[in-house]
Amino acid sequence: MGALVVVAFMVTACLLAPVYAHQIAHEDPFSSNLLGRIRLNGRMVSVLQANTQGAGYGVTPIGPTWHFTNYFLGADNQGRDVFARFLYGGRASLLIGSVSAVICCAVATVMGLAGGYFGGAIDWVVSRLFDIVWAFPIYLLAISLSVILLTSGVNIGPLHIGPGSMMVPILIIGAIFVPYVGRPLRGIVLSLKEREFIQAAIGSGASDWHILSREVFPNVAPSIIVFFPLMVAFDMLTESSLSFLGIGVQPPNASWGTIIQDGLGLLYTRPWVAIAPGLGIVITAGALNVFGDGLRDAFDPKAKLRGSI
Amino acid sequence: MSRPMFTRRIGVLLASFAMSLFGVIAAAPGATAGASSTYQSQHAGGTLKLLASTAGGTLDPQVNYTLQYWQLYQATYDGLVSFQKVTGAGSFVVVPDLAVALPKVTNGGKTYTFKLRKGIKFSNGKPVTVNDVLSSFQRIFKVSNPNAGSWYNVIVGGPACLATPATCTLKGGVAVNASTNTVTVNLLTPDAEFLDQLAVPFGSILPATAPAKDAGSTPIPGTGAYMFKSYNPNTGLVMVRNPYFKVWSAPAQPKGYPNEIDMNFGTTVESEVTAVENGQGDWVFDALPSDRLQQLSTKYAAQLHVNSLTADWYLPMNTNIAPFNNLKARQAVNYAIDKNAAVSLFGGKLLASPTCTILPPGFPGYVESCAYNKGTGSKYNGPDLAKAKALVKASGTKGMAVGIVVTNDPVNSAVGQYVQSVLNSIGYKATLKPLSNNIQFTYIQNTKNKVQISLSQWYQDYPAASDFLKVLLSCSAFHPGSDNSINIAGYCNKAIDAKMNKAEALELTNPTAANALWGQIDQQLMSAGAPWVPLFNPKQIDFVSKRVGNYQFSRQFYMYVDQLWVK
Repeated sequence: MGALVVVAFMVTACLLAPVYAHQIAHEDPFSSNLLGRIRLNGRMVSVLQANTQGAGYGVTPIGPTWHFTNYFLGADNQGRDVFARFLYGGRASLLIGSVSAVICCAVATVMGLAGGYFGGAIDWVVSRLFDIVWAFPIYLLAISLSVILLTSGVNIGPLHIGPGSMMVPILIIGAIFVPYVGRPLRGIVLSLKEREFIQAAIGSGASDWHILSREVFPNVAPSIIVFFPLMVAFDMLTESSLSFLGIGVQPPNASWGTIIQDGLGLLYTRPWVAIAPGLGIVITAGALNVFGDGLRDAFDPKAKLRGSI
Repeated sequence: MSRPMFTRRIGVLLASFAMSLFGVIAAAPGATAGASSTYQSQHAGGTLKLLASTAGGTLDPQVNYTLQYWQLYQATYDGLVSFQKVTGAGSFVVVPDLAVALPKVTNGGKTYTFKLRKGIKFSNGKPVTVNDVLSSFQRIFKVSNPNAGSWYNVIVGGPACLATPATCTLKGGVAVNASTNTVTVNLLTPDAEFLDQLAVPFGSILPATAPAKDAGSTPIPGTGAYMFKSYNPNTGLVMVRNPYFKVWSAPAQPKGYPNEIDMNFGTTVESEVTAVENGQGDWVFDALPSDRLQQLSTKYAAQLHVNSLTADWYLPMNTNIAPFNNLKARQAVNYAIDKNAAVSLFGGKLLASPTCTILPPGFPGYVESCAYNKGTGSKYNGPDLAKAKALVKASGTKGMAVGIVVTNDPVNSAVGQYVQSVLNSIGYKATLKPLSNNIQFTYIQNTKNKVQISLSQWYQDYPAASDFLKVLLSCSAFHPGSDNSINIAGYCNKAIDAKMNKAEALELTNPTAANALWGQIDQQLMSAGAPWVPLFNPKQIDFVSKRVGNYQFSRQFYMYVDQLWVK
């Protein structure tokens, strides 16, 4: 329950990002504000502050003000409000994590059900597809796809997605995890197929569609529900990794991964730029994992799904 | 020259071209204590550890146009002449190197006769002969040197070599006489800057056996105090002493101090800075991250060396593809970019100054002016976003997608993000494309890559206005489809080219009038063509380790790597 509250809090906070940025902080988190000035403790100060010590070289973004309405976590090297970007970044990370998890679970369910239920050539094709994707290390595959698709975009038939679109990382991350969900589901279907109630349905002459939708799927659904929050967490982590490497969410859009990358160059002077999104990832991914565990315990205490991921 | 991190072309006003043309400089006017001062053998030895985030591309001295390697070439290769290795203004003075003396200039400035020194050997043990000199001149064309068409085409036979590089002979252009050990170079027209152009690494004399194509990562033997022992663009390069080197002219090629010079690649700039702070490295090549400068300037001030440069950071816009094939679109970007913001990202006002012109302040021909300014006045006042937006609308390019290609180091990426933000604010859909230092500079030159706007830098090769204006913005410097097309903007205006040729010719007879004409050309390029957004003139910041001594800065070659003491 605690984990669900944490997830709900993070989701709500991130969904309110536009409200914070435009109604409270009055900052555009996507535009550079290098020469901006703000009023702080009654004084006007620059968002990027010139060094006045030693030889006087260098310019440093303003640090956390701890004033909720005014650069709460300070500025990044473009003079942008880090807290506003943190909220927007969380929104993007959660969106990518959730949508890619939906895509992943949906595709994996269809493939797992088809392969496990029909067997034969269909199962062979499904299994080989899983094997092909599984043969690549996850991140290597994700990086390779990202490098290509972020340059050219996705152009498959009527589907056109621009190179900088957020749909690119969503599709990539959704695709690479399909075998990690699909294969356990296929195993469950294979097991279910031998059960009496399925055999009885087959014997009674029910159609394949009927058996799949009315008999098999309802018994697989709890597993999918358990998988989903775990996949959201996995996908968020993958997205953050890709964005950190510059091949996920593209600037000026922000995700927690891109903000950590922005903060990398400020670790010595403004560590909060990197720490805040790092904490966001840890807390959200941790809560999703705990939540997933809770769901697993609730639906099927004897299941060993986590070990299969 | 250019530098993936810092395109380079230094410059301070020094009318060396006229002096060197007539061969009157044998000493070093304006020189201060420098590399050629008394050698202190007690400091010889040790390994100097240089750090760079990435490699600088090909190791071929007749192809590579980056400061990263030009700083190394000055210790590994020699030309017939070279820039004097001293500090101060004397570093712009051309002195004899592999040639016994500066050439005898006859035939109204069109014939140069060099006498080659005897007894000098390449690092492979083979003696340097006049045939090596001839093949090196031919090789400039065979490897498609970036400036073959703008500098060396003045040699008789040069235009034919440009047309068919593979069969280049330079017949009638370069003649050698083995018995007298002389090399005669005939020019189509007198060229006031010819000696300067021979004194840079492109004019290196290489063995006749050097490949007639870009040698890539295979080191070519040279005559300098050091030789490249190994080069792996992924990990690093190693320079060791050239076993066949003996000092023949300390001002041209002094003996170095470290026994070995390593340049390691593959770490982030942040890590490089930390390594030098901890004594695990000796020098950071890349631009220092802005946020570390505060720490460095307080805790490590004695290890920081800041020097003025004549250089530009600028945004070349591709004048041949949309949206920047539209003058109004280019002018809009010029109005929109806040140069002070870019200065801030570089490290602040102490380290850079905003600029509106192509020629840097203090350079021959420089005239303070600002065509795209808030309000009027020749001094930069700030951006005018309203004008910029109006121009974008008038150009009909609003809403177009624009890709910005930058290098992926912190400073360049930060400037790129700022430019992206500005372009979005005036109506474009801008995306940032960060590339490795190793490839960005050649990538943005090649028209096949359809780069619309990029961030680049130019640090002078030698102190002459043509080194900025003609080299970077003349029709002859634009080579579609080539990685060596230094006119990145692809700007070609025949009327301005004619003016450039006129100014060059005028340098021979009336340098003052020539400089005035160069100044006009600079202003005309910006007002009528606007192929660039000049951002700022940077200063050079060298951060060295605590153990490093004898730091010397040349305005021509920057820090003398081989003169550093690590012992």
